[in-house]
Amino acid sequence: MNLSSAYGRPKPSGGFEAWSWLFMRISGIVLLVLALGHLVIMHLIHNVDEINYAFVVERFRGFGWRMYDLSMLVLAMIHGANGMRVIIDDYVHAPLWRRVANGLLVLICGSLLALGIFVAIFFQPVM
Amino acid sequence: MSMYRGGVGQWSWALHRVTGVGVLIFLCLHILDTSLIVLGAEHYNAIIAIYRAPLFRVMEVGLFACVLFHALNGVRIILIDWWVELTRFHKLLFNIEMVLFTLIMIPVTWIMLRPLLK
Repeated sequence: MNLSSAYGRPKPSGGFEAWSWLFMRISGIVLLVLALGHLVIMHLIHNVDEINYAFVVERFRGFGWRMYDLSMLVLAMIHGANGMRVIIDDYVHAPLWRRVANGLLVLICGSLLALGIFVAIFFQPVM
Repeated sequence: MSMYRGGVGQWSWALHRVTGVGVLIFLCLHILDTSLIVLGAEHYNAIIAIYRAPLFRVMEVGLFACVLFHALNGVRIILIDWWVELTRFHKLLFNIEMVLFTLIMIPVTWIMLRPLLK
C-alpha cells in the first residue's frame, strides 16, 4: 500500500483498461505539443481577425499542415471520447442509461471524427 | 470508483475532468465550424465572424486556460505515475503547476484581449 494508491484511479494491471491508460498518457504528451502548438500559432501568432477562408486555403495548400491537423484531430477526439467514457463509468450506474450514454458518445464523437477526417483530407478550394 | 478526499488532490482531479469535458465540447463545435469550409468562403467567413465578438474573445481565453491546465496537470499525473516517490511532493508539484499556469496565462490573456481595447 503506497500513498498514491489512495488517490484517483488505480493503475490498471491488464487488458483494455491498461491499454487505455497507456494511450491517454502517450496521446496526452503528443497533444501537449500539437494542441498547444495549434493554440500558439492560431491564437497568439495569428488571431481570429486574420483567420478566414483565404487563410485556411493558403494553409491547406501544403501537405504538412493537413497532416498536423489530421493527427491532432484523431488523437484529440479519441483522447477526449475515452476520457468521457471513464466519466460515464463513474457517474452513470444504471445499465440502460450507461448503454444510452455510451451509445450517444460513440455516435456523436464517431460521426464528428469521420466528418473532420473527411474535410482535412478532401477539402479543395472552390475559388 | 472515484472518491473525494479533499485537498489539492481532489481539486486537481475535479479540474482535470471539468477542463477535459470543456475542451471536448469545444472540439466538437470546432469540427462543425471548420467543416463549413467545404461549402465555400461565404459560409466559413460568416461562422468565423461570430468568434470575433467580445464574448467569444473572453471564451477564447477560457479555452486556452482549459487546454493549458489540462496539459500541465497531465504532465504532473504522468510524472507521479512514473516516479511514485514524487507522491510525497504532490502538493509542491501542484503549486509549481499553478505558478506556471499563472505566469503563462498573464501574457496570453493580454495578447488575446488586446484587440478589444482598440
